[in-house]
Amino acid sequence: MTEAMESVKIARKATRPTTKDFIDKLFDNFLEFHGDRYFADDKAIIGGIASFQGIPVTVIGIQKGHTLEENMAYNFGQPSPDGYRKALRLMKQAEKFKRPVITFICTAGAYPGVGAEERGQGEAIARNLMEMSRLKTPIISIFTGEGGSGGALALSVSDEVWMLEHGLFSVLSPEGFASILWRDASRAAEAAELMKMNAKELAKKDVCEKVFTESEEGLENDLDFTTDQIKEALAEALPRLQSLNVRRLLKKRYDRYRKFGDFIEK
Amino acid sequence: MKLPNLNEIKNRLVPAKQEPVQQAQKKKKKKKRTSPYLDYMEHPKGKEKSSFIKKKKRGPAIPDDNWVKCKKCMNLVYKKDITEFKICPNCGNHFRMTPAERIKITCDPGSFEEWDAGLSTADPMGYPDYDEVIKTAQEKSGIREAVVTGKCTIDGNPTAIAIMDSHFMMGSMGSVVGEKITRAFERATNAELPIIVFTVSGGARMQEGIISLMQMAKVSEAVARHDDAGLLYITVITDPTTGGVTASFAMLGDIIIAEPKALIGFAGQRVIKATINQDLPQGFQRSEFQLEHGFVDRIIKRENLKTELAIILELHKKQG
Repeated sequence: MTEAMESVKIARKATRPTTKDFIDKLFDNFLEFHGDRYFADDKAIIGGIASFQGIPVTVIGIQKGHTLEENMAYNFGQPSPDGYRKALRLMKQAEKFKRPVITFICTAGAYPGVGAEERGQGEAIARNLMEMSRLKTPIISIFTGEGGSGGALALSVSDEVWMLEHGLFSVLSPEGFASILWRDASRAAEAAELMKMNAKELAKKDVCEKVFTESEEGLENDLDFTTDQIKEALAEALPRLQSLNVRRLLKKRYDRYRKFGDFIEK
Repeated sequence: MKLPNLNEIKNRLVPAKQEPVQQAQKKKKKKKRTSPYLDYMEHPKGKEKSSFIKKKKRGPAIPDDNWVKCKKCMNLVYKKDITEFKICPNCGNHFRMTPAERIKITCDPGSFEEWDAGLSTADPMGYPDYDEVIKTAQEKSGIREAVVTGKCTIDGNPTAIAIMDSHFMMGSMGSVVGEKITRAFERATNAELPIIVFTVSGGARMQEGIISLMQMAKVSEAVARHDDAGLLYITVITDPTTGGVTASFAMLGDIIIAEPKALIGFAGQRVIKATINQDLPQGFQRSEFQLEHGFVDRIIKRENLKTELAIILELHKKQG
């Protein structure tokens, strides 16, 4: 098995800690807020306010479950447009009160369903990309598990992207990639390697700034091992990003995404 | 402030013709054919229905070069009847267009000036034989990449313009498409120009992996700056526009126009079907569906597109 496919297996494990587990470890006084104010409260995305070592923050994340019942409730961590709109509402609120935003990402992708399309899945994701690129407050995104395509990108246009060792970020699942390009889903491991979808490879491509290691006993068996690293990183990054003036912050965010691309100019 | 140009432009609008009703009637008459095997009989191929029942009507064969077959209604159409608008005279199907054809029916003659024509794709992810894939696509389509950008005038109104091309790897968005559209927005912002983007795309270019996904964010932030500068952005969504392009700049226009019956959506229909295990409603993800659900401002037939774009540009001219 390839190293990348190993990460895919680990990232998808039902026992892998979820966004709620990370929030409990990292923040105090978390209060969850519900609803997008238009249509619904999408349970696949949770969000609210909390404090990190005394700093008020807005926390948003995609929620998966550990059991089938939980996963049914959270729609297996596949957000609908309502979820992305809730996230944007909370980000706008954070901007108003000058709170940094921290997002947690673990999703196979945005939900592909009839209702999701009727309510504009494409529009909701597009709106988040545009609004996050000019949100006048720092944003940090942490990929804790799967990072599926536009559904993951819609919460991660940020100043810094951090990933757990077995976090993933890719244009589609390795199975999907293999079946579309080679018409053979069983070549997923090869696809995972080729797509360079694991944290280590993505750091080389400047897609993420930091990679946090996971305990050899497994993330679920020693979560502190990893959250201690995240705590340290947040304690350093939040004051640093908050001290930048807004123009500089947004310029840096613009440049972060502007650089992606590989082409020849004649 | 008066807009003298406006009345003149308006007169050119082609009045709405009555939709051909033949199509609908034909469907009603069609009898449902059922399997000759009754429920309790053993089908020779097991439970599968035999394939001759499913056979689609293919229509007559194409006699010579002067004729083409419309893929929607399967009728033979005399090539000259399609006109420069590339619409089936029989069923009104809008055929896919190349950027050159689009420029011809949209921009004032001779006004189009291309930007960044020299950009071509490298290979960000080391995808095997990607250069071969690109070369084949270039030879097949006769163009270098899946988008053409530049500036032009439309009824005398200057505007930036980007036209995607389905003939090049289904208009998929990789580094070059992302870069050219981003630059078009940046140039438009600097020159205080409005911008019109004609979208057609299967989504992200998978061969470029995560870098193709990053193009969605890159273009979106350039759209945001253009928006912050108070400038007009019009999207014209054409068939088909899906995936990462729908989930970024296609849905970010101040004004979103769609061509009739274009497929517009985020998730692919096959994926949705497999997820929900149900058939999809009629007309799902078509322009009319998107209009009904509030995601498209207007559906405009090609004959009227230039005129309506000119009216919109005219009405957004800087006052004073």
